[in-house]
Amino acid sequence: MEKTKPQESQSGTGLMNWIDARFPATETIEYHASKYYAPKNVNFWYYFGWLSMIVLIMQLLSGLWLTMNYVPSGAGAFASVEYIMRDVEYGWLIRYLHSTGASFFFIVVYAHMYRALAYGSYRGPRELLWLIGMAIFIALMAEGFLGYLLPWGNMSYWGAQVIVSLFGAIPVIGPDLMEWIRGDFLMSETTLNRFFALHVIALPLVLVMLVFVHIVALHHVGSNNPDGIEIKKNKDENGVPLDGIAFHPYITIHDIHATVVFLFIFCAVVFFAPEMGGYFLEKPNFEMADPLKTPDHIAPVWYYTPFYAMLRAATYPFLGLPAKFWGFVVMVGAIVIPAVLPWLDRSPVKSIRYKGRLSKAMLTMFVISFFILGYLGTQAPSKAGTIAAQICTAIYFAYFVLMPWYTRVEQTKPEPERVTG
Amino acid sequence: MKKLLLVLLLVCQGPAWAASASTWPMESFKGDLQNMPSLQNGFKLYANYCLGCHSLQFQRYERTADDLAIPHDIALKNLVFTGQKIGGLITNAMPRAASKDWFGASPPDLTMVTRVRSPEWVYNYLNTFYVDEDRPLGVNNKVFANVGMPNVLLELQGVQREVCAEGHCDHLAVDNGTGTMTTEEFKSATYDLTNFLYYVSEPSRLDRQRIGIYVLLFLIILGCFTYLLNREYWKDVGGH
Ligand code: HEC
Ligand code: HEM
Repeated sequence: MEKTKPQESQSGTGLMNWIDARFPATETIEYHASKYYAPKNVNFWYYFGWLSMIVLIMQLLSGLWLTMNYVPSGAGAFASVEYIMRDVEYGWLIRYLHSTGASFFFIVVYAHMYRALAYGSYRGPRELLWLIGMAIFIALMAEGFLGYLLPWGNMSYWGAQVIVSLFGAIPVIGPDLMEWIRGDFLMSETTLNRFFALHVIALPLVLVMLVFVHIVALHHVGSNNPDGIEIKKNKDENGVPLDGIAFHPYITIHDIHATVVFLFIFCAVVFFAPEMGGYFLEKPNFEMADPLKTPDHIAPVWYYTPFYAMLRAATYPFLGLPAKFWGFVVMVGAIVIPAVLPWLDRSPVKSIRYKGRLSKAMLTMFVISFFILGYLGTQAPSKAGTIAAQICTAIYFAYFVLMPWYTRVEQTKPEPERVTG
Repeated sequence: MKKLLLVLLLVCQGPAWAASASTWPMESFKGDLQNMPSLQNGFKLYANYCLGCHSLQFQRYERTADDLAIPHDIALKNLVFTGQKIGGLITNAMPRAASKDWFGASPPDLTMVTRVRSPEWVYNYLNTFYVDEDRPLGVNNKVFANVGMPNVLLELQGVQREVCAEGHCDHLAVDNGTGTMTTEEFKSATYDLTNFLYYVSEPSRLDRQRIGIYVLLFLIILGCFTYLLNREYWKDVGGH
């Protein structure tokens, strides 16, 4: 016994002992997996964090391989994408994995965020976890926007043109800011080059680092669950939460099965409907960027359309500033307002299961209006569409702005002591 | 569930750009990428009637010949008129600026035309050229109003005119004996052309679908194992 070095644990193989003496390997694995206790009542909605991570890895890998043949130049970009589709071995697969992955990233992240809304996961002690999540969401939107320019299709060009020109609506600094973003007087190869640099280096790094701190924060405070109660309140004599279950192997095995089911749906799209009827790959983008040929109808990809519809819903000038400026303000506001949720929710309970009728009605209306906005954003502007978008925008913001009121006045149900099924 | 249905309903309407601008009742088109004679004939027609104006600049002769089961020497002799090598891209010498003066618009590259428009649109486009003396080239088109392209298939189809009744001109008819093909033969030729362009727009489509089946089957089998493994682990947890 005397001979064993104090740092080396009794169990484990020789190699593991050697590593553990020099790096906290076993300690880290235990802290984050085998002795990390997740609530045992986590449900379907709790798969999407893991799935976001799977999609992130998939995007990083497929993106890396695309970069091997992609040419970031005005003359070469569009042709290089078709070269990948036709002449590179399995290039079409790599490209479709990446383009479909972008859409699925938003599907899983939106579901992940919805879960947090429904179960009050943004509330204490998870405020910082939620804020990190918001930072991820914004970085992800930026990453998607930058990537969309790269194929240099006509919708890439005009979509980016429309979004960049929004900055031009900002008083005083607008025009200069626009030029600064583009690096040119027009969308050009300079713009393409910097978008490429940001898309393949800067934002992926930011995303990976944010996801890392997201997990660190999560494992510090522990997962919430569909009942919205803290499992750390009831622990056994060893300090293990009574309603907790070791993340590894119990949750990992769940997650692995969920990954296979997810991949089935994902691959069904990749192999049989990669364009997804024009939603995942827009038709005008099969035509090369042409500054002289505006597409009949410019719409961003579906995952931005709820915010795009809100942008277009602002139709009145106000305080001497143009409607376009206010549209920009509404859109940015809509994207960042969820960040203050932890301080808006005054309910004595966290989960929608125990909240009152008002909260349930508001959440339902919020989700429905988000979907309707998403639909309206894909359509050409119309009078009825604008009115519908204005109503839905009002509901979207009401969900947040009225929250301090409706979460306080409503009758809530008592939370259970221990988690339910 | 209701929410989901609503969304599905809305999504089914498709994005705005999917809607076709013309009111012409489109004839349906269903591509068949396994039909080699059709694709080969489409390639031949394309090389003879279209390539002079429209390149397929992202697609190579070699890949096309291989996919359509055309031996390289036959392809070089009968389909490559530009003196190019078999590995070359299907380009032409159409000058962009000058052609714009000739037709009012330069003939676009057609590699992805069936993806930008739709195969159905292209098929109907090729079938609905008609005489219109008001146009500079004396010809117009039902799905592409005021088109700048001449009716290059005129000798095959014959002279097609509008048939008007009560102010509605929603019918077209060919003057008897003006074309070298019958109506059926012409339809079949334009089908082959469109089918060929459908192939060119995404030459890996069949591969994709073939491999996709195996991938999905593999995932189903893997899914059975992960399901059983999952059940095995959770058996001793009990309760939930
Ligand atoms: C004499 C030159 C010429 C020839 C030969 C020719 N075209 Fe065209 N084509 C044009 C021009 C010019 C346009 C552009 C019309 C416009 O934009 O108004 C065009 C447009 C088209 C379009 C519409 C593209 C789009 O999306 O706007 C299609 C499809 C097309 N041609 C198919 C064909 C096919 C198939 C053939 C062979 C049967 C063919 N063309 C032969 C000159 C030609
Ligand atoms: C790249 C994107 C993201 C990845 C990889 C990721 C990853 C994860 C993972 C693995 C979990 C634990 C499993 C789970 O609860 O589902 C988690 C939890 C959480 N995430 Fe994310 N996330 C991402 C984006 C976001 C975003 C955009 C938000 C919100 C704005 C967010 C907010 C949260 C919250 C609040 C939790 C705790 C939920 C609970 O315990 O109930 N995440 N995340």
